[in-house]
Formats: sequence, C-alpha cells, structure tokens
Amino acid sequence: MNDFEFVRNAAGRMVPTHVNGKAQTPFQGVGRFEPSESKQAPPIRSCRDYPADGDKQVPDLKTALERCGLRDGMTISSHHHLRNGDRVALKALEAARDLGVKDLMWFPSASFPCHEPVIDLMESGVVHHIEGSMNGPLGRYTSEGKMKGLGVLRSHGGRWQAIQDGDVHIDIAVIAAPTADSFGNANGSHGPSACGSLGFALADSIHADHVIVVTDNLVPFPCLPWQIQGNNVDFVVEVDSIGDPSKIVSGTTQITKSPDRLLIAEYVARFVRDAGIMKEGFSFQAGAGGIALAFAQYLKEMMVEAGTKARFVRGGSTQYLVEMLEEGLTDFILDGQTFDLAAVESIATNPTHVPTSPFTSYNYHGKGNFASMVDAVVLGATEVDVNFNGNVNTHSDGALLHGIGGWQNCLFSGCTILAVPAVRDRIPVLVDEVTTLTGPGELVDVVVTERGIAINPRREDLLDAVKDSSLPIRSLEEIKAEVEEIIGGKPQNPNLTDRPVAVIKWVDGTVLDTVWQLGDQDG
Amino acid sequence: MAGQSLVGEAGRRGSGVRSDCWVGLEKTDSGGVQLNLTSKVGDLFGDSIRKVVLDTVKAFGCENLVLHVEDQGALPWVIQARVEAALRRSGLEPQNDPRPPARPAPRPDGTSQDRLRRSRLYLPGNEPKFAVNAGLHLPDGVILDLEDSVHPAEKDAARYMVRNALRCVDFGPAERMVRINQDELGLEDLDVVVPENPEMILIPKVETSGQIEQVQARIDAIQKDQGLEFPIWLMPILESAQGVENALDIALASPKVAALTIGLEDYTADLGVVKTPEGSETLWARSRLVNAARAAGVQAIDSVYGDVADEAGLLAWCQRSRAMGFQGMGCIHPRQIRIIHEGFAPSEKELEKALRIVSAFEDAEAKGLGVVSLGTKMIDRPVVLRAQKLVDQARDAGLLGEPAEEGEVTP
Repeated sequence: MNDFEFVRNAAGRMVPTHVNGKAQTPFQGVGRFEPSESKQAPPIRSCRDYPADGDKQVPDLKTALERCGLRDGMTISSHHHLRNGDRVALKALEAARDLGVKDLMWFPSASFPCHEPVIDLMESGVVHHIEGSMNGPLGRYTSEGKMKGLGVLRSHGGRWQAIQDGDVHIDIAVIAAPTADSFGNANGSHGPSACGSLGFALADSIHADHVIVVTDNLVPFPCLPWQIQGNNVDFVVEVDSIGDPSKIVSGTTQITKSPDRLLIAEYVARFVRDAGIMKEGFSFQAGAGGIALAFAQYLKEMMVEAGTKARFVRGGSTQYLVEMLEEGLTDFILDGQTFDLAAVESIATNPTHVPTSPFTSYNYHGKGNFASMVDAVVLGATEVDVNFNGNVNTHSDGALLHGIGGWQNCLFSGCTILAVPAVRDRIPVLVDEVTTLTGPGELVDVVVTERGIAINPRREDLLDAVKDSSLPIRSLEEIKAEVEEIIGGKPQNPNLTDRPVAVIKWVDGTVLDTVWQLGDQDG
Repeated sequence: MAGQSLVGEAGRRGSGVRSDCWVGLEKTDSGGVQLNLTSKVGDLFGDSIRKVVLDTVKAFGCENLVLHVEDQGALPWVIQARVEAALRRSGLEPQNDPRPPARPAPRPDGTSQDRLRRSRLYLPGNEPKFAVNAGLHLPDGVILDLEDSVHPAEKDAARYMVRNALRCVDFGPAERMVRINQDELGLEDLDVVVPENPEMILIPKVETSGQIEQVQARIDAIQKDQGLEFPIWLMPILESAQGVENALDIALASPKVAALTIGLEDYTADLGVVKTPEGSETLWARSRLVNAARAAGVQAIDSVYGDVADEAGLLAWCQRSRAMGFQGMGCIHPRQIRIIHEGFAPSEKELEKALRIVSAFEDAEAKGLGVVSLGTKMIDRPVVLRAQKLVDQARDAGLLGEPAEEGEVTP
C-alpha cells in the first residue's frame, strides 16, 4: 500500500500511476484525452429467469443480496437523493456484514454525515474502501490515512462516465426508491419519503450486474412515472422506512442573512445582467447554497424589472426556482436534485419541472451534455488560485471534507462564476496555488468576492462587456494582496505527508490530483 | 485548559465564537513565558498568533507567565486587544507601547464638517467580526460603539478593540466615528481613541452644553499633549426631553459640532410613550432638532429604524425624514444602507429642476445679468443656493457621475 509510483500530469500535479490496483491515465489537459474503447455492458439476462407475473419481491435486503450472489471484494453502489436522511445504504452494508462478507467497495454517488457508521464497517473489514464523494467524518477518516484503499472522488458526470466506460464495475446496485412496484419500476417524486428525481441512480440501474430496489411505498403495477425501469431490476424489497423525511428535504430553504454573502450575491446578479448574459431566452444554474439562492433572488428582481424571461434554469431546485417557474420567468426547470418541499411538490405535479440525470446533464463521454449549453453557472469553492484554478474538496489545511458534486461538469457553461468570500475566519480563499486541484483555471471565467470581481484575462469578451459598468472589477492578485494584508500575511503551508489517501478524477476519467495524508496538527 | 489560578482573562470562547479568541493568564514566579495555544487556524497561522501574543507580553515586560489562548480565527489586531485586556485585568501596565502596527490611514486630513452623512452603520465595539467588511457596504460612516452595545463588564476590553480597529481596519471611504460612553467613562474612552484620529465622536444622552464642553476640553488636552492636529467632529445624541429643549445650546457648544442626532428609544421612554413605525409621537422633537441644527449651521441626522426585515417601512421613514429636513440616519444592518441612500436621494424631477436653475444662474452670471430667470419665472437668490446645494450633494452621492468642469453643470 505504501509503494506508490507517481507521475506529473499535464496540470503539474503528482498523481499515482495505479489506484486500488488499476492502472490510471494521468490528466492530459482539458479535452485532450481520446477514449478509444467501447462502453461497458452488463451480462445479458433472459426473462425466463424472472417471474412472469412481474413480482420480484423478496422478504428483506439480506435475502436480496444473497440471491444477487454477494461475496467478498464486490462493489455495492447507492445514491444520495435521500441526502442526510438516507437509511438504505447503511442497511445494505450492514446486511452484507451479517452475511459475513468482507472487503467490499462502497460506491455511493455521495456520502453524508448519516453515513458515519460506515467507518465502523471499514474498521471491521466489511468495507475496504469508498469511491465516492466523501463529506464530513468520512472525509476526515480518509484524510487521516485510516482507509485501506485510496478514495476516488468523481463528479456526478464523472461517476456516470466511470460506470459507462467500465472504470468501475458495479456488482450490486441498491436503489432506495420513494415509490416502486413489485416489478421494480420506481420513482422519487411520490410517496412519504419523496425526494424528487432519482437521476443519480440511473446509471447504476442500467449498468450494474444486479439491481435491488428498496421502497417504503410499494404500489400495485404500474408505478408511474418509472424514473427507474423495472426491466433492469432483479429484486424488490419493501421496508418500513427508507429515510427520515425531515432530513431528505428541508421544509423551507432559507436565503443567507449574512450581509457579506448578500453583497457577493448582488454582485453576481449585477454581473450577469451587465455582461449581457441576462437576455431573452437565456439559461442559468445556481445551487442551493446561501449565496446561490440569494443570487437567484436578485437576478429574479432584475429579470422582472427588465421584462426578461429565461428558457430554462437548472436545479438543484428550491422554492425560489419554483416561484420563477410559476411566475413565468422561465419556461422550464431541468432538475438534477430537489432540495425542499415546494420543489418536490412541483416536480411531482408540474410537467415543465423536469427531472434530469447525470447522463443528460453532465456525462463528458456522451454526444454532448446540457452543462455546456447553460449560459451562466454560479458555483462555490474553498480555494481559488491566481491562475483561476479551483478547489472544492479540501480545506486550506489539506483536510478532505467535501465531494465534487456537479462542480467540475458545470465548469463547461458559457460563463462559470465562482462566488466566494475572499476570506473565511482569517483563512484566505484566494491563494497562490490551490491545495487540491478540482478544476483547471482555464474553465473558470469570473471570481466574485465581497471585495471585488476578478475576470479571467482569457475572457476578453467579458472584460469588454462590463468595462463601463459600475461593478468593482479588479485583478485577482489585487484582491488577494488586500486580503493578505488584513489576515497578517500569507498562511503557512499545510502540514501534509507524502502518502496519498485519495485521488481527484477529471470528467474524462483521468487523474487530476492527489489528496495527501495530514501530518501532525498545530494547535 | 486553564488551571485554577487565573489572574486575568479576556475575550470569548466556545464553538459559537467566530473571529475572536479567549485569553487566560496564570502568574508564575519562574519558568519564563509559556503559551498554550489552541486554534482552529493553527496549521496556517500558528506562528503568526504566537508572535502577536508574545510581542504584547514583551511590551508589558512580563518574564514569567502562563498564557492560555483559544483562538477561533481572530485577526492579529483582535488577538492583540484580547491579550492586552487580559494583561491589564491582571493588574499589569505596559512598559512600552503595546499597540499593533498601524496600517496607513485612509484619509490623513480628516473629513469636512458638512460632508455627506446619509448613513452611519453601528458596529458593536466588542464584536470584532463585523468590523473588517463594514466598509465594503459603503456606508457614509461607521460607528464603533463603546456605549449601549457593550456589556458594562466589557467596557475596558471594548476600548482596546475599538482602538485597534481604528488603527488596523480599512473602512474605505466611510467616516470613522466612535460612540463613547456617558460621563467619566466616556472621557476615559477618549484617552484611548483620540490618539487614533477618529473623524467623529458621538456623545450619548446629551442634555446640556456643558457635556459637550467637557468632551471638547478632553479632546483638546489629549491632542495638545500628543501634538495632534487632526480635526475630530462631534455629533451629540439627544435622548431626553431636556436634551431636545436644549438642542440649540448643545449645537452651539463647540465649533467642532458638525451634526445633531436623536435617540428615539430613550427619548420615547423618557416621554413615557410608545414608539411607532410612523413616528408621530416624536414629530415635534425631531422638528425641533432640525430647526436647532439649522439655526446653528450643523446637520440634522435622524435616529435608526429597528425592523431590519421591513425594507418598505424603512424607505417610507427615510422619505418622510428627508421631507422634514434630516440629512441622514443610522443603520443597524448593512442591508439598510442602500435603502437609506435611496430614501435620502433627491428625486429625478427635483434634481433636474435644480440643474436647470443652476444652469440659468450661471448663464446670467456669464452675461452679467443681475436677475436670474427660468422661462417666464424670476428665480430668487435662496432658490439658487438651495438648488446648488442639492446639485453638490447629488454629485457627492454619485448621482451625477464625476464632478463636472467649472461652469458646466449638465450631468
């Protein structure tokens, strides 16, 4: 495990040549890697092996896993639409433990604090390692070098790419479904644990060797809409509860009250307007973070004032986007995930609020995807460096605390805007070089902070578009120097070892960067 | 963690604290200076934190001491203020100047008596986290408050915090104001803040001109002693019936008085009436203040609007306030600034008319005519002056773009 070979990739980062026993391609540069093989396909099945009456129900998860042929070293996948309320992923891994299975690879589309008990399963050898977005306690566990294998972090689109291209082979997909029938048709938009879309589980349902649907709302055939098609499903398990509804979606989503974050949001909205991006039929994407929500509200006011309407907006959706849809300010919401009750209600009832999947939205190894068709996207970051490179995975002390989400995929929009405070509690967000490279600076167009707006010099068109506006346009270096004076100089270098604990994959499956084990902490 | 023998402590601790720190001291007879540091930014700033702490200890000439510092991302000037407060609370006095290095003053010559004072943003003096970004919201002034927002037990600590904020924080174009305490405590506040050249002092609960004379005398004495000539303006706050009755005397008590303002919470309490969003119960007092201020040639500034969520109510209040003759008001949240600037701005119609009057006046001057006329109307001198003032203020407020060339008044 300690014998790694490294190679310097096109971004100048040292990355391991092998990850968890598989040879890797180092990052070649944006758009440089040429895939040459065919997509991975699951084994051919015959309906002679499935009940003719369509009833695939089995009594419990343990039985389902057993009948899928679960054994040591297999890969079990799950999705994160139930967010911090999810009860199914852990139940599946615990059922595997009860069957005496070891060395599994858990392959979630993202993890949450509710998945902290997986640490115990890694300690006892049931789970060998995780490939997925590692948040909070699991990220900390990984950072401290306690996980056996290397963590592999992928974007939502990158996860689809990895499954489709065969980089990751899923033996058994366990799909928590808010509503399903006994044939395996399933959706996320209905039922007591409704979460909206099930897009993150779609690739798993198509490509995994075996698929288990777990639901707490079993309805007679047919379950409509069938976001997951029962024709891909082996077994259906009914349980009392797949999750805690109060943690799956929030009752209401709150816009930030922080005056500094509101200021950033207002600058972003003014930029989108003054740069001429806000025009009839435009599109944008903003997530559910505090700044992004406030941005959407400011932009909405400006759209109303100017009489401008969008063709589509991309979710994560919230009540604020739903209001825009219902007030006629956009024709469609193309939704990746659904964050609050108003949005869940909307996606279930409004045909212009459309669920999407990482395939349509983000997959880099497809014949195009929606991300590059969006006019402007507003994203966050933990660090941005003077070359506009972004980091969303580690904090400045090097600790792995966040996944990638759709962040890398969104960088391909017409105007990628990172909306970040220039400093958080003395920690500067603008740095000489990012601790971890999550996204190459050539794809980041604008950085908006409370101390001014920096436009990537590559985007002469944007610089030109706002040159007569009243916006505080400054260079990134200038804002950075101002912050360094405030915080008492540049921070010390983080104390990191030369032992890798995880890798960051680029959207094409190549290795973009390495996350290193933390050294001894100061204070 | 600190032991039983703490002799002094300052600051705040716990997970809810941000951008601040806690300092506890133990005195010892031997062992030198020991520092036990825990910091959530220790990996990135551990060395810097240790230097600030030890430099301050050195200025106090301590040789044996155990310091416990729990840091939640405090900036260097904040750490210095907390360490200094803890040392002073232990009964120690500095032997050398302990203050942190001053950043270049943004405005070395001070501000003018009649500058734009539409908005002034209150910043609690003992809460450092709001200070650093206050100037980014572009208020006309910031008030570092030592009075009502500071707990009586923290008055000393707040003083060093405000002093350091004046030295180290860039408030941008905002005028830097300090609200001192009442009476003797307020005079002691002046000893600490006046050497840092604040541009204005707010004096609370003023009832007589004597209070202003006392403050002015103290400022003069400190400035004379330290060879300072920085212009420090005064803004008395009237917060009682008696204060309002004495408004004119108070405004005339010192040539440094630049504005009068009113504190409506205390004033309505003094009257025994309920404060309403419309403010009819304080109409007379506010009108009285405007008239006295005008008579004394100083600005009239309104109180604050307490409901941050009610933006429409604030805007309506500002518009009524401006119509009464006020030139600005206080803000308790940065999001109120933009609304206040909007509420105190002249309407486009007003501004357009003023520009036409000024233009007509300048035409008449150029032609050597004694009488100014606009269309068929003759314009009186006071009308021209009022128009000129409105145009000047609009230009200061950025409503007309850059100052025009001499003789040219079109926007």
